[in-house]
Amino acid sequence: MNPLALTSFTATSAIGRGLDETLASLRDQRSGLAPCRFETVTLDTCVGEVRGVDEVSLPQGLAGFECRNNRLAWLGLAQDGFAEAVAQCVARHGSERIGVFLGTSTSGILETELAYRCRNPQSGALPSGFRYHGAHNTFSLAAFAQRALELAGPAVVISCACSSSAKVFASARRAIEAGLIDAAVVGGVDTLCLTTLYGFHSLQLVARTPCRPFDAARDGISIGEAAAFALLERPGETLDSNGVLLLGTGESSDAYHMSAPPPDGRGARAAMLQALAAAGLEPQDIDYINFHGTGTPSNDAAEGLAVASVLGKDVPGSSTKGATGHALGAAGALEAVICALALKAGLLPAGVNTTHVDPGLPVNYLRENRSACLAYAMSNSFGFGGSNCSLILARAG
Amino acid sequence: MSALAANIESVGVLGPGLPDWPATSRVLSGAESWQPTATVLPPPLSLPSAERRRTGAVVRLTLAVGLEATGRAGIDPAGLPAVFSSSSGDGQNCHEICEVLASSERQLSPTRFHNSVHNAPAGYWGIATGATAAANSLCAHDASFGAGLLEAMCQVAVERSAVLLIAYDTSYPEPMRSVRPVPDAFGVALLLAPVASAASLAHIELTRSEAAADYMDDPALERLRASIPAARSLPLLAQLARGTPGCVRIDYLDRARLAVTVGPCR
Repeated sequence: MNPLALTSFTATSAIGRGLDETLASLRDQRSGLAPCRFETVTLDTCVGEVRGVDEVSLPQGLAGFECRNNRLAWLGLAQDGFAEAVAQCVARHGSERIGVFLGTSTSGILETELAYRCRNPQSGALPSGFRYHGAHNTFSLAAFAQRALELAGPAVVISCACSSSAKVFASARRAIEAGLIDAAVVGGVDTLCLTTLYGFHSLQLVARTPCRPFDAARDGISIGEAAAFALLERPGETLDSNGVLLLGTGESSDAYHMSAPPPDGRGARAAMLQALAAAGLEPQDIDYINFHGTGTPSNDAAEGLAVASVLGKDVPGSSTKGATGHALGAAGALEAVICALALKAGLLPAGVNTTHVDPGLPVNYLRENRSACLAYAMSNSFGFGGSNCSLILARAG
Repeated sequence: MSALAANIESVGVLGPGLPDWPATSRVLSGAESWQPTATVLPPPLSLPSAERRRTGAVVRLTLAVGLEATGRAGIDPAGLPAVFSSSSGDGQNCHEICEVLASSERQLSPTRFHNSVHNAPAGYWGIATGATAAANSLCAHDASFGAGLLEAMCQVAVERSAVLLIAYDTSYPEPMRSVRPVPDAFGVALLLAPVASAASLAHIELTRSEAAADYMDDPALERLRASIPAARSLPLLAQLARGTPGCVRIDYLDRARLAVTVGPCR
């Protein structure tokens, strides 16, 4: 594939608003996970909540999009000059030539969960003022972002569970390569809600203590929330040597089970091989892998086997979900941005919370930060329904 | 934007009074009148029996139209990438989850939860057909058919591979039905290919258009088009059914339509 430049990128999660706070947390090996106090949830678990989301005001005229998910989206877009970078991109290409490709798994479903508590006792009707298009619908996020950024090109939400906002990079790069658009806002936003907290709990996949990916005693996920975005464009002459490129994308399906990967991780393997081929790289070129690494026994075991079979067992890697929690539909974009930060900062971030790496997993799991000059980083994202996506990012210079 | 191009190899359709593509084609070409009876979803026999019991309407609908399209083209779905697009996903399942979460117990069923993901039909499609290629699952509210068509045609253009597009919607039960009144289930599958085969139905080219979307001449079919996002495909299906060259404009986003030029295969 033709490489694309990430001309701007940003992330907001439990470890920080924007890149400076995020990088500082990664350098300090700090986790943003804390006991769950969200809404009326009574589960004994930890979550990666973003502070102050519900104090965010949406831009004027967009009150029809009010919901926690769009508030976090707006908070995220306001960091690191991202919205300004998009405005400059409009000046270069025109608003119709910029697409919006965003991932979310639950969009504004929290509003619907709350509305179901307030149904009319006689008729069963939802309370007046319930916003289907602006809050409930899965597309709400992209519709909101397109309006907030004053864009007029194609817009879509990709909702493939926890691979959603990795797959947006692949769809956007195809749309640019096909000539449909010149640039794309890609990213993901997912927020805490009862569906995912109680849903993962029903599957017995939620850890009580902060999640410990790849630990011998790992016992489930910690749910987080995040907004992460990148602006993709064809690399121009102005790209500096410390810029970041999207070099490869790979996508596959397990065709196996709705909520569990095949134990040998063959779907993950196919996505990684495809990403390497698209990037024109050899396995030994990868300097750091950001594992999907959810912290469930079976997910990490399958991914460990898959990564070892493609990249070998020595490539340094970590899951940053011990720090951020699992941001579900936002995880792919969040972790792509963390890879971009790692490339720029020359930092291989450790996986926090993990104390005893599972000796049965053939991985070189980083428990301490490492400084190194990185050229290529891979990020894995896998989701329910057997949806796999692997991305390769590179430092331009 | 420059035009995206593809060949349509085959079609699958399931909707109210539209049991398959040949019957739909006869209605849309004017050879037969439309008898709008409720959509009948076939049991998902292609799934293992343990999975079959867990599936809702969206899985039955997408399996039916997807397998119709691949069957008509004589292509094994196992090798095909797929693009799923829906405005709503599984409304019944969503409703039942919200009811449980509003109760004091909050005891969610694990199956309900994993079926709640928007890409559940893609997951079951893989299990039923063995397809391990990329599958995408999109949502663009009322623009979902157009968004799916764009994604599928970009894949054809860039990856130079055949792609199966499945656009579908089902209805919500009350109280969601009152705020999102989708009257019945409708699904359409288009098998798109970069190079025409002997069986290709038509060549299509797609560009952005500012002009208004085409509507259906028949008022009842127009109500169907306007009330189910996946049925925004009807003007394109009608052009295919007539078997003549022409240009149709299909609904997309607020400020844009998609113009599809339908011509003989190349």
